[in-house]
Amino acid sequence: MKFTVNGHSTYCYTGGKAFDAAKPTLIFIHGVLNDHSVWILQTRYLAHHGWNVLAVDLPGHCRSAGAPPATVEEAADFILALMDAAGLDEAVLVGHSFGSLIGLEAAARASDRVSQLVLVGTAFPMKVSPALLASSLTEPMKALEMVNVFSRSTLAPPPSALGPGTWVFGASMALGRRVLASNTQVNLFHTGFKACDSYTHGEEAMEKVTCPVLFLLGSADQMTPPKAAQGLIQKARHAQVVQLPGGHHQMSETPEAMLAALIAFLA
Amino acid sequence: MPGYSDPGFDTLALHAGAAPDPATGARAVPIHLTTSFVFESSDHAAALFNLERAGHVYSRISNPTNAVLEQRVSALEGGIGAVSTASGQAALHLSVATLMGAGAHIVASTALYGGSQNLLHYTLRRFGIETTFVKPGDIDGWKAAVRPNTKLFFGETVGNPGLDVLDIETVSSIAHEAGVPLLVDSTLTTPWLIKPLDHGADLVYHSATKFLSGHGTVIGGIVVDGGSFDWDKSGKFPELTEPYEGFHNMVFSEESTVGAFLLRARREGLRDFGACLSPHSAWLILQGIETLSLRMERHMSNTKKVVEFLSQQAFVSRVGHPLLGTHPSHALAHKLLPRGAGSVFSFDLKGSREQGKKFVESLKVFSHLANVGDCRSLVIHPASTTHFRMSDEALAAGGITQGTIRLSIGLEDPDDLLDDLKRALKVAEKAA
Repeated sequence: MKFTVNGHSTYCYTGGKAFDAAKPTLIFIHGVLNDHSVWILQTRYLAHHGWNVLAVDLPGHCRSAGAPPATVEEAADFILALMDAAGLDEAVLVGHSFGSLIGLEAAARASDRVSQLVLVGTAFPMKVSPALLASSLTEPMKALEMVNVFSRSTLAPPPSALGPGTWVFGASMALGRRVLASNTQVNLFHTGFKACDSYTHGEEAMEKVTCPVLFLLGSADQMTPPKAAQGLIQKARHAQVVQLPGGHHQMSETPEAMLAALIAFLA
Repeated sequence: MPGYSDPGFDTLALHAGAAPDPATGARAVPIHLTTSFVFESSDHAAALFNLERAGHVYSRISNPTNAVLEQRVSALEGGIGAVSTASGQAALHLSVATLMGAGAHIVASTALYGGSQNLLHYTLRRFGIETTFVKPGDIDGWKAAVRPNTKLFFGETVGNPGLDVLDIETVSSIAHEAGVPLLVDSTLTTPWLIKPLDHGADLVYHSATKFLSGHGTVIGGIVVDGGSFDWDKSGKFPELTEPYEGFHNMVFSEESTVGAFLLRARREGLRDFGACLSPHSAWLILQGIETLSLRMERHMSNTKKVVEFLSQQAFVSRVGHPLLGTHPSHALAHKLLPRGAGSVFSFDLKGSREQGKKFVESLKVFSHLANVGDCRSLVIHPASTTHFRMSDEALAAGGITQGTIRLSIGLEDPDDLLDDLKRALKVAEKAA
């Protein structure tokens, strides 16, 4: 479904169920060069089990208009504006990678509006190596491949987003290419990486978060290794940590374990 | 960055999609010969049917052994996923049926396997889908054939049996300008010789019966999606971009930004048409793929020797392989297929049709049968067998004459192949 946020059309996938203001709402926030579709194996289930699901395409990404957020803070304000547009006083925020920082910052800025926070594949600081940051601008295809090589943990992923027979590495590469091509004005790869790299006050933000926080970390994640989340975990007031047996493609490499952890946290 | 996270082709051919079986420790891929899979609960059952969770329900739709094959071929082709099918023809039909219905139009190469030509020219026409055939190298012809209702471009990497090489980059550009995808049959080349998706194709399929399995033991097919075609942007595929009542009103392109084709192909095509692959067949194809590189290398080296031999024989009027500078696709093959343009090719004898028959019947190492891509060398007379339903006009358009003989070069000792051919040529020549 579409909302108008900050004057721009914003797409949210609702998991195959119509948005119902009477139900509690989960907002899913994707990472760099991703879109709503990375959450299919979490959102569709939850949408059919009592939740409103809004898996957003961030501004300037795929089906959403507007300028892509240049900073985590700008993106966090967008999420809060999306909640306003959807008439939501409160929501659970679930973010992956770049999206986890956005969720964290939004929860810090409006702690009374975020009832639970889920940080998937998170790290702070989320520094991007200068070489990778540069290649995301000058050689985005090469950088995309590098990121996906670092993100995968297995050559034998389980049935995934397209069902059995999904080649997760190829699907992630193709999605990255598609998202990059969806914005001809701004390099979404470089913009997203720069936003991650320049986010400096994650631990201060976590200190402001009052709700329970679930950390879903890939035990073999080379992009955001579990140890890189320890600072945030220590600052969180109510932290739960679940290690998923996979890499940085948590949603597609370990969909069943991730869904189980989400269900348990939301219960 | 060589290693497990960034493996090369040969490693993927052995490991993609497969890990030691967690239940038994079995290292080889288990054959899951079961029709169906037990649900954990009623909720699990409902979630699987509604695509809320990923898993296996019934082996017509998916099976763990088949899934390994699908991941492996996807990995080798550079795709996002695949659907395995009962045969290569089933893969072609599934691709077409997923993308269109009555009233649609296809632009296809004239240089096609006879069965594919038959499907497009006769059978699909009966279901309201028309095809315009264009010579693969006729670039203006591809452009001119586009109609408002065109839904697909289709060709073979190297046309059977003339080995006309498809200029995938150019033809895919024309297809994309027309807002339609390019489907490529790469049966004769396999991903070891060319990865069509890297050159601009959107979908690629194989008769896995041939080089992928490689041993002449199994019938199977597979279609791989590159995830590159933007169905929403095209606007020509409501089958993928609008709610589908036949599957929970799902909008496939919303569910998956890059995988709408595969979602519908599996959830509608395998469910309703049912041309699924047996897990045992999937396993046999996987066994073949494990040695794909080794076999293809030998296929190519043997082919080079046979082509060189035949091209020096006075009794042979033409050898149709792009290795030769006289072949119309020589330059394009050099560019797109540097490892070789395949081991299935045709040649013409100078003699009569009867002499041609004598030649075929005199071969002892080559087997006279209707297949290609076996580890054994094969021979056939296309005009009276694989392409017999085609008119003389259609045969000529495909580069086939009444005297054409097709070879599929296998893995035998090359000297034995040359001796067999030499002897049969002598017998045929004397039969004048």
